[in-house]
Amino acid sequence: MPRRLWLRIGLVAVVAALSIFYLYPPRKTINLGLDLQGGIHLVLGVDIDKALQIQTDRTAERVRSSLEGKGLAVQKVERRGNSEIAVQLASPQAWSEAQSFLLKEFPAFEIKEPDQSAGRLVLSMRPAEITSQRDSFVRQGLETIRNRVDQFGVAEPSIQQQGDNRILVQLPGIQDPNRAKALIGKTAHLEFKLVDDRIDPAAIASGSTLPPGVELLYERRVDPETKQERRIPIVVQKKAMLSGADVADAEVRLDQGNQPYVSLTLTPAGGKVFAQVTTDNVGKLMAIVLDGNVYSAPRIQERIPSGQAQITGSFTLEQARDLKIVLKAGALPAPVQILEERTVGPSLGADSIRRGILSTAGAAIAVVLFMLVYYRLSGLIADLALALNLLILLAAMAGFRATLTLPGIAGVVLTIGMAVDTNILIFERIREELRSGKTVRAAIDSGFSRAFRTVIDTHVTVLVSAAILYQFGTGPVKGFAVTLAIGIFASLFTAVFFTRLIFDLIYMRGRKVESISI
Amino acid sequence: MLQIFVNAKYDFVGKRRWFYVVSGGFVVLSLISILFRGGLNYGIDFTGGTLIQVRYDKPVTVDVVRRGLDQIKLGQAVIQQFGDAQEYLIRLHQAGESSEALSKQVVDALSRASGSQVEIRRLEFVGPQVGRDLQLQALYAVLAGMAGILIYVAFRFHFRDGVISVAAIGHDVIVTLGALSVTHREISLPVLAALLTIVGYSINDTIVVFDRIRETRAKGIRKGQNWGDLVNLALNQTLSRTVLTSFTVFLSALVLLLFGGEVLHDFSFALLVGVVTGTYSSVAAATLVMDWESWSRARSRASGKLHARA
Repeated sequence: MPRRLWLRIGLVAVVAALSIFYLYPPRKTINLGLDLQGGIHLVLGVDIDKALQIQTDRTAERVRSSLEGKGLAVQKVERRGNSEIAVQLASPQAWSEAQSFLLKEFPAFEIKEPDQSAGRLVLSMRPAEITSQRDSFVRQGLETIRNRVDQFGVAEPSIQQQGDNRILVQLPGIQDPNRAKALIGKTAHLEFKLVDDRIDPAAIASGSTLPPGVELLYERRVDPETKQERRIPIVVQKKAMLSGADVADAEVRLDQGNQPYVSLTLTPAGGKVFAQVTTDNVGKLMAIVLDGNVYSAPRIQERIPSGQAQITGSFTLEQARDLKIVLKAGALPAPVQILEERTVGPSLGADSIRRGILSTAGAAIAVVLFMLVYYRLSGLIADLALALNLLILLAAMAGFRATLTLPGIAGVVLTIGMAVDTNILIFERIREELRSGKTVRAAIDSGFSRAFRTVIDTHVTVLVSAAILYQFGTGPVKGFAVTLAIGIFASLFTAVFFTRLIFDLIYMRGRKVESISI
Repeated sequence: MLQIFVNAKYDFVGKRRWFYVVSGGFVVLSLISILFRGGLNYGIDFTGGTLIQVRYDKPVTVDVVRRGLDQIKLGQAVIQQFGDAQEYLIRLHQAGESSEALSKQVVDALSRASGSQVEIRRLEFVGPQVGRDLQLQALYAVLAGMAGILIYVAFRFHFRDGVISVAAIGHDVIVTLGALSVTHREISLPVLAALLTIVGYSINDTIVVFDRIRETRAKGIRKGQNWGDLVNLALNQTLSRTVLTSFTVFLSALVLLLFGGEVLHDFSFALLVGVVTGTYSSVAAATLVMDWESWSRARSRASGKLHARA
């Protein structure tokens, strides 16, 4: 009578029961990868240098205005590189005062290249500040994209940082990938800028030089009849009156002609600035600029004290909705670039699932029949072990919340072929021991114990590969590594422990055993 | 009882020169094919570019797809039928940028040229930087896999066995790459996964043989038995195992190739080739033990002589 038989039966029963528990109901517990349910996988690169430049540009503007506010005349303030601001004072006499003032007002910067006689100095962002800024840009980008995705409405999205400055976005079951991409990738930097109508934009567009303090932008207008796009040049002041940060809320509304527009509610502070700007500039044009494109440039009819602004333009309801989403979620700190994209349509995903089930079933039938024909009763035991192996494999995937991908299914199919290898090694060994004249029981004993060492060695090498594959791979390939590794681990339990148990139950109890079906 | 190779008595060691010629030949042919085609044919995962899988609602010819694409200037495009004549893969190797406009543009142009509905089933864009990163990482991954196995086998068995194992794996990887090259297949991420699986799996049969060599040797060498007899005995005793274990995995890979669909086609093909060459190479590699031993004995004799003279 083999030892601890009931304990071993209990263990197998517990493992099987746990597996069924984790797996039930399978449709809910097994996570399908993007390649199976369709969806979009994006890797975005945040242009951190650009974000730093934008940030420094804004600081440079503040340096100028705060110096002027202090009565210190400035000749030139400009950004140098990513994170330096060169200041040229109008007169060298004010240098000392300016220096101590700037050090106090802008603690994130240190003074470089002081030149008192020339009235020059350079503000340079401290290295620690640069590091923390870089981190916060990526975090901010992550947060903004998460907000946008949440408002867009995707079930179970995944948004993660990857490496230094990359953001991985996975959106399963997306119907319109292009719209999602546009929504996520838009910087959505909103600015309100006054139009400078003293300058003829056509002349600037055809090559005249721009006076300082203004810039040339374009408004895209689509002719509703011909669908032709026209680009209308507009000259605006560089300095923005308001930005996206001043927007508290955004909503889509319809005007009398059923044309959608986006209505903005400004923050209290933004509303105050807006009221002031509209008071001072009645009759002028105010350009609403998003990511460097002018959306519209309405004339300021009167003072607007309510803190309400509108973005009109020739967009569809869907475009207006997406615009609302990006304005509400806020701007990305810098432009993002799509580094990698994988989109799988839902029909291909369904196709892949069908193919996956077909191959799994096909491989299982082929291997099960082979084992049955070649090893008869022992083959049947190996087949039972295989079934248990697949059950454990799927349950472990459900338990670890692993994702089943198409290559992952391939891993399952391969596991079918590899799991019975262990049984083949054991059975061949038992046959060999029988041939050398051992009794059935002795042959089973030495067959299992001798083959075990080899089995461990062969398992380790496959695990080494799977581990490296996991380290290296992305998405689907990682799924393959995971199933391969779990399948290999499970086969130690099923092909060795479980098979041995069944052998013990059949051959190791009661009276003498004369023959074995192997 | 169904049995194969019972009491097999093949003289593998005596015929080992043939193994070396055959293996050497395949490796050289593989390398020539790879060189001839200007290096390994990396897919967009590794080079960067765009891959679009489209499905028409009725069968069309490659020319129709080509005509559609010619309307929009996308640069060099590779068009490949994917499964039936309704489905095509379009590869754009230019390192452009991913754009929302691209897929719409492609659908419009293809529909216009064919007069049928076109659906984009899959779109993959890999930026040039990501691709280049991956290419290097892929090489590291395969090398790391081989190094891991060298260390493990050397530690568990013998330094000799570790080196021979890695030589066998290298052979399998090169021959598989050669087969991919000859059949004009691309190296994509799934194919790399197949290669790494081969690295881990094809060594299994070799390990079974090494294990048997060690076991037989531990029992003590009988009179008149040399390394050649030992290796031959181990190989013949384990031959049924070697073939049977590979056969079940071969079956699985074959089913994947036949039923797994186009997306897994290259992956299954690489696996199938790898399993076959892995089985062959594990027999061939074991005979190297013989040469290693006689070589190291000759060397120690030679150095012994030198010592004696000195």
